[in-house]
Amino acid sequence: MDQESAAASGASLISLTEHEQRYYSGLRALCQADAPGKLSSSKVAELFKASQLPPESLHKVTEVCGAKHLGYFGTAQFYIALKLLAAAQSGLPVRLESVAGNLPLPRFAGLKNEPEMRYAAAPPASDPQGAPVGSVAWNAADRGSFRHLEANTDKKPEPWSPPRSPCGSPPRSPLTYRSYPYSKQRNGVDAQIPYDGKLSSRSIVQPEQHSSPGHYVNKLAAEHPAVAQASSAERLNQPATLSYSDDDPWRITAEQLDYYTNQFKILQPDLGALILGAVAKNFFTKSKLPIPELSHIWELSDVDRDGALTFTEFCIAFHLIVARKNGYPLPESLPLTLQPAPAQHPEERFPDTPESSEPLIVFEDAALRSCQVVKDPNSVARLDPTLASRKQDLQEESLNQDGSVTRLGSSREKPALQLGAFPEKPEPHQDLDPQTRTKTRQRSYSSTSIDDAIKKAEEPPTPPPRPQKTHSRASSLDLNKLFQQGAPGVKSGWLLPPPALPPRPSASQVPHFLKVSEQASQSKVQQPNFADFSHFREEGGGLQEESGVKREEQGLASRFGLSSEDLGSTSQQDVSCTPHGQVPQKPIRRKYHPESQSLETGAPPPPMPFLPPAKTSQKLLSRQKREIQMAIRKNRETNAVLRRLNSELQQQLKVVHQERVTLESQLELLRPLAST
Amino acid sequence: MAVCIAVIAKENYPLYIRSVPCQNELKFHYTVHTSLDVVEEKVSAVGKSLADQRELYLGLLYPTEDYKVYGYVTNSKVKFVIVVDSSNTSLRDNEIRSMFRKLHNSFTDVMCNPFYNPGDPIQSKAFNGIVSGMMVQTG
Repeated sequence: MDQESAAASGASLISLTEHEQRYYSGLRALCQADAPGKLSSSKVAELFKASQLPPESLHKVTEVCGAKHLGYFGTAQFYIALKLLAAAQSGLPVRLESVAGNLPLPRFAGLKNEPEMRYAAAPPASDPQGAPVGSVAWNAADRGSFRHLEANTDKKPEPWSPPRSPCGSPPRSPLTYRSYPYSKQRNGVDAQIPYDGKLSSRSIVQPEQHSSPGHYVNKLAAEHPAVAQASSAERLNQPATLSYSDDDPWRITAEQLDYYTNQFKILQPDLGALILGAVAKNFFTKSKLPIPELSHIWELSDVDRDGALTFTEFCIAFHLIVARKNGYPLPESLPLTLQPAPAQHPEERFPDTPESSEPLIVFEDAALRSCQVVKDPNSVARLDPTLASRKQDLQEESLNQDGSVTRLGSSREKPALQLGAFPEKPEPHQDLDPQTRTKTRQRSYSSTSIDDAIKKAEEPPTPPPRPQKTHSRASSLDLNKLFQQGAPGVKSGWLLPPPALPPRPSASQVPHFLKVSEQASQSKVQQPNFADFSHFREEGGGLQEESGVKREEQGLASRFGLSSEDLGSTSQQDVSCTPHGQVPQKPIRRKYHPESQSLETGAPPPPMPFLPPAKTSQKLLSRQKREIQMAIRKNRETNAVLRRLNSELQQQLKVVHQERVTLESQLELLRPLAST
Repeated sequence: MAVCIAVIAKENYPLYIRSVPCQNELKFHYTVHTSLDVVEEKVSAVGKSLADQRELYLGLLYPTEDYKVYGYVTNSKVKFVIVVDSSNTSLRDNEIRSMFRKLHNSFTDVMCNPFYNPGDPIQSKAFNGIVSGMMVQTG
C-alpha cells in the first residue's frame, strides 16, 4: 500500500522505537486524509495545536519536517513532525538533530479519539516495559486500525533488520493482536523464515507483555520447542527458549537460566569462577550483534567493573543479548529485575551447581537478595558506582548485620576477662544496633562495649555490695583484731594497712583517706567505705586489704570478678603496696588513727606513739614479713591481671590502628591530589 | 562545568572529543591540539623522577582570554584535557580534580570492556553520560 511504503520510507529516515511507531501510526490513522499518502492538513493542524506548543514552534516544526516544502504532510513528514513536537515539548531546539535522540512521546491534549488518549497515557519511550501499558490499551482499541498497523509494523521490520542502530530497534509486532489471522500469519512467517538470528527471533518474539496471554501464550509455547531445536542446532547463544509468559521481559526464567548455566559451563566449568573478557567477547560476538551493542551490553552487565564476568553477570549479559536479538531495544541502565542482588558478589557466591544457583536467580529480586544474603553473608561488598546507592547500603547493612551478629556472639563468649578496662563511651555500644558501622568498628568495640555495658550495669549496684562483703568482714575482722589485740591489735592493724594501703601509693593519699574515713562514724565503717569506694576505688580496695591477710586474696578474686575498676584499684593498690612496705609505719599509724578512732572512741592516739618505742619490734618484723609476703603474692596476681589487661589493650590498639589506616586511605582518596 | 572535554591517546591522536555544541567546535579542537605541547612539556619536566612520583593531575595548562585549559595524564600516557570557560570562576581546583578522577574512572571502565579495542574512538554510552554530566548545560 502506498501508505505503508510511505510509512516505511518515512520511518526509515528517522529511527523510531516500536512504541513511538505505534503511537505515530495511530496518530497518522487519526489524521488520515482522502488522498493516500497525504494526511489531512486540517487534522494535522488540530493535532499540532493539541500539542500545546507555541505557534512559532509549530511553524518551525512544519518547516523542518519538510511538509512546508512538499506542501502536504506525507507520512515521513508527519513522523518527523511528531518527533520534533516531542523534542520541543521536552525543551530541545526544533531541529533535525533533536530527532535523533530518544525522546518521550509527544503529548497532545484534548484529543478525543480513544487511541490517542491511551497513547498519551503511556508516555515512556523506548522502554519495553512501557509497552505493556500500551499493549493493554490496545485491547479495547479499534481493531481496524490495529490490523492496519499490524500490517505496517509487520512489514517495516523487514527492511530494518539488517544493521540497526540501538536507537531504532526492530519493532515488536504488537502483541495485542490476538486476532487469529495474525497469529496464523506469524506462524507462517515462522515456518518460512530460516532460523537466522533476528528475523526468526523476531517472529517468535513477542512476548510478553501482556494482557491476555491465553491462547497466545500457547502458541508461543508451541513455537518455542521447534525453534529451540533449530537454535540449538545453530549457534550457541540463540536460546529461543524465551518463554515470555512473564509480564517482564527482563526476568530470567528457569529454562533460560538453565540454558545460560550450561553455556557458562561450556566456557568455564567452575560456576564460581570468572569468564575473562576476551573469552566472553568471542562468545558473544557469535551472536552477530553489532559491536557497539555488545559493548553496551557489556557495560550494563559487568557490574563490578572488573573486566570479567561472574555467573550472574554472564546471565545478565546473555539475557540482554537474547532480548536484543528478539527485538527489544537495549535499556540505558540495567532493568530492576535483571539487576543482581545487592548483597551479591562474585566469586565466592557460586561455588554450587546450577541446581542450587537456579533458585537463587529465578525468583523475584527481593527473594534473590535475601537468598544471597543468607547464602554468603560474608562476601566483601565492592562498591560499584553504577549500581544504585541503595544497593550498596543494602549490601553494607546485610554485611554488617551478619558481621554484627557474629561479633556479638564472639564478644559475648569472650569473657570472662572483662578487662574492658577503659570505660568506653556508650557510643560503641550503640554502634552495634544501627548496624551501619563497619565491621572493624564493631570488632573493636564489641567486646568492650558489652563489657562496658555489663560493667555499667554492675557499677551502680556493686559498689554498695562489694564494700559490704569485704568491708563488713574486714571491719569485723578489724574490729575483732583491734578489740582482741588491744594495743598489739592496733599494732597489727597498723601493720596490716601497709600492704593494704590506699592504692594510690603516696602518703599524700593516706591523709586523704584518713580525712574521708575520719568523717565516718564507728557504726558506719562500711558506709565510709562505700563513700570512699565511690570516690576512690582504691580506697575500697585498700579497705579490703585492711581486712586482713586472708582477706586479701579473696578480696582480689572478688574484685576481679566484679569489674575492671577493681582491677585498676588492685593494681594501684599493688603499686602502692611495695612502697608502703617500705614506707615506715608512721603513715600506717596515721591511717589507723581514724579507724581506731572510729572504732574505739578514744584511745588510739596514745597507743600509737607507744608502738615505736615499746615492744614488739620483733612482732613487727614478723608481721612485716608476712605482710611483705602477702604483698608479693598480691603483686604477682595483679601483675598477671595487668598483663591480661595489657594484651587486651594491645589488641584494641591494633584494631584502632587498622581503622585509622582505612580512614586515612579513604581520606586520601577524598582529599585532592597534592600538587607537585 | 566544562566547555570541552577531550581524551587523547598515547600517540597523541584523539580518542574522544566533545564540546558544547553551540560554539565553534573547531576552535576547541585546535585548543586541545595546542595543549598537547604543554602537556608534553610538563610531563618531561618531571622526567628525572620516576613515573610513580609524577603527579597525574597537571593543573592549569594555560589560560587564554576566554577559557582555561586543564590537563591530566594517566600512567599509560593517555591524556585528558578539560577546557573551562573563564567566566566560570567558581570552579575550584578540587572540582577540576574530581572531574578528572571521574573521567579516569569511566575511562578505565571503557578499557575494561573487552569489546573495546584500545585506539578506537570511545563510543560508550556510560562514558558519554559521565561527560555530559560534566559539560555545561546548554538549552
